[in-house]
Amino acid sequence: MYQIIEKRELNPTVTLMKVKAPLVAKKAEPGQFIILRVDENGERIPLTVADYDREAGLVTIIFQIVGATTEKLNHLQQGEYIHDFVGPLGVPSHVEGLKKVAVIGGGVGCAIAYPIAKKLQKLGAEVHSVVGFRNQDLVILEEEFKAVSDKFVLMSDDGSCGEKGLVTDALKKLIESGEQYDEVIAIGPLVMMKFVCLLTKEYNIKTMVSMNPIMIDGTGMCGGCRLTVGGETKFACVDGPDFDGHLVDFDEAMERASMYKPFERHQHEETCNLFKKEVQA
Amino acid sequence: MPNMSLKKNEMPVQDPQVRNHNFNEVALGYTEEQALDEAARCLNCKNKPCVGECPVAIDIPGFIAKIREKDYEGAYQIINRSSSLPAVCGRVCPQETQCESKCVRGIKGEPVAIGRLERFVADWHNAHATEKAQAPESNGHKVAIVGAGPSGLTCAGDLAKMGYQVSVFEALHLAGGVLVYGIPEFRLPKAIVQKEVDTLKELGVKVETNTVIGRTLTIDELFEDGFEAVFIGSGAGLPRFMNIPGENLKGVYSANEFLTRVNLMKAYRDGSSTPIQHAKNVAVVGGGNVAMDAARCAKRLGAENVYIVYRRSEAEMPARAEEVEHAKEEGIIFKVLTNPTEILGDEHKFVSGMKCVEMELGEPDESGRRRPVVKPDSEFLLDVDCVVMSIGTSPNPLIRNTTKGLETNRRGCIVTEEETGLTSREGVYAGGDAVTGAATVILAMGAGKKAAKAIDEYIRSK
Repeated sequence: MYQIIEKRELNPTVTLMKVKAPLVAKKAEPGQFIILRVDENGERIPLTVADYDREAGLVTIIFQIVGATTEKLNHLQQGEYIHDFVGPLGVPSHVEGLKKVAVIGGGVGCAIAYPIAKKLQKLGAEVHSVVGFRNQDLVILEEEFKAVSDKFVLMSDDGSCGEKGLVTDALKKLIESGEQYDEVIAIGPLVMMKFVCLLTKEYNIKTMVSMNPIMIDGTGMCGGCRLTVGGETKFACVDGPDFDGHLVDFDEAMERASMYKPFERHQHEETCNLFKKEVQA
Repeated sequence: MPNMSLKKNEMPVQDPQVRNHNFNEVALGYTEEQALDEAARCLNCKNKPCVGECPVAIDIPGFIAKIREKDYEGAYQIINRSSSLPAVCGRVCPQETQCESKCVRGIKGEPVAIGRLERFVADWHNAHATEKAQAPESNGHKVAIVGAGPSGLTCAGDLAKMGYQVSVFEALHLAGGVLVYGIPEFRLPKAIVQKEVDTLKELGVKVETNTVIGRTLTIDELFEDGFEAVFIGSGAGLPRFMNIPGENLKGVYSANEFLTRVNLMKAYRDGSSTPIQHAKNVAVVGGGNVAMDAARCAKRLGAENVYIVYRRSEAEMPARAEEVEHAKEEGIIFKVLTNPTEILGDEHKFVSGMKCVEMELGEPDESGRRRPVVKPDSEFLLDVDCVVMSIGTSPNPLIRNTTKGLETNRRGCIVTEEETGLTSREGVYAGGDAVTGAATVILAMGAGKKAAKAIDEYIRSK
């Protein structure tokens, strides 16, 4: 059992938790993920490590409430326990040696992009961060990003904060203005990563993306997380989760991510109804 | 006077047309009467050919003699001297190719039903024994076991009985390895596995779940933490695919994923939070025990037609005859000498069919089995909406990639000394599927047993 030491709502649908997991905290690196089960009958879901404190033995996770499991997870309070919490899994992001990087974060993907930006800055790289959200209410980690970025651009779909437009608009502008990046790191919804990659391909800038497909064990056992990269089948859990975005078959990944949509919707509704009943009782 | 009947006592089973709609155990186990009748068939021969065929060398005539005396606990104690998991082995061991294959009674007629008797004894013990296993006095030496599957649990049990402080590190949230994620409830009830694990805990074995060796901790760190020897029983968990078009469509599973969802995550139960596709027509590609398990699970999940698609003929199938028989009784359709060439999808990228070709058997290949070759112009379409690939697994690379000096072969299997399980690293032993590639539960147990003995000798000689 793994205790929740701190819980904070970052916006109405995104929550941050610091979880006591000393062995995971000792090893975790940006880009890696954990798998958790909320309770005894829970499903196993992967969440990327958002931060870690090796001394205190804490691992930070940031999640968006999208389905039954994240709903249940969000229902746990500070001091309560997560049933299972295993990691760190996957290969850490390779950021060593990079001099100038554009870090692109979309929505809750910013939670994964942030520790990478932080590490890059610590290694002495010039970091330009471009983060995008649907609207002002959903913005997370703005101050944190600013603190580790040489340039920071905030975008929103509706213009309620930052500039109106997509992250690709901002990235294009930066590139067109003459910024020369060794690498672009893009983390967010699949469709965002796809379009960032289409853009950077035009300019021939290497682009890494972080894939978060459906998985069960996270150790290479089930193959459920497989995706096509450069025409070959890869397992996101052991070969990734970071891949060269110009080689990833995003359309296939989007299809595969929708495999259990109807089931998930149903489960989420059931869980919400259950919680509503609890509140009423 | 021995019972000279040429036939074994038949195993009572659930009716096929009932059981293919539920996940309860198929084989119901002998009654006391049947067990006594069967035990009376053993001739108690002097040279005990059966024992030589058992990977853990259980004193088979000895425990059967105890059954005849109605001393079932005594029989259990005899088995328990050699096997840490009697209730498991009585169910999943391929006895027909091991102990029972050399039974003298099998020369004329059927051999003694050793497996069924073992199961009877173990179940009797689990139902009646009240005394908890006693942890022996500690000898102060620590041993780490990687993987809580059959080889690891066996090695842990043997070492604990010798007084070692044993910690078992398991990547998943539950101990048991393939016994909990792979073999279905209807063949091996999970309560039985849990009981065997609990017994090990009573012996003082610590089980650390949610710990991935190679990630959370490395082998070298285990030594730094004071473990004097390590046994690697991490299995062969990496699924293979065929590399044919359409394999990444929605509705294509590895057998590992399909079975893990059903068994470990209980997707067959209402209210499980892990989803699984409830398909109408399912093709399971492969001819091993795992393929039979997947097919029978698919049927139980409500599929109308479940096909086993296998490229050789039934004679070459690696699955146990009993499993093939059970699958057929339950209505699984066998498409042998058939090989998939492409999986087709609908506009939403769900599986909509599988293109296959018919095969015929040619000259023997390196495995000694006749090589299947494509029959010209034999392509046809199988109407399926789900495909389960059950064509084998390889060892997980996580440990070999993070352990310096650990020698592996070109198939990724850890290289060990046959008799001891010693790897190329001092103090590091390995056994089970991580060494052999995918094999059986009992072979893995045998390897765990040998390694336990070698580890004891190694630590005592230090």
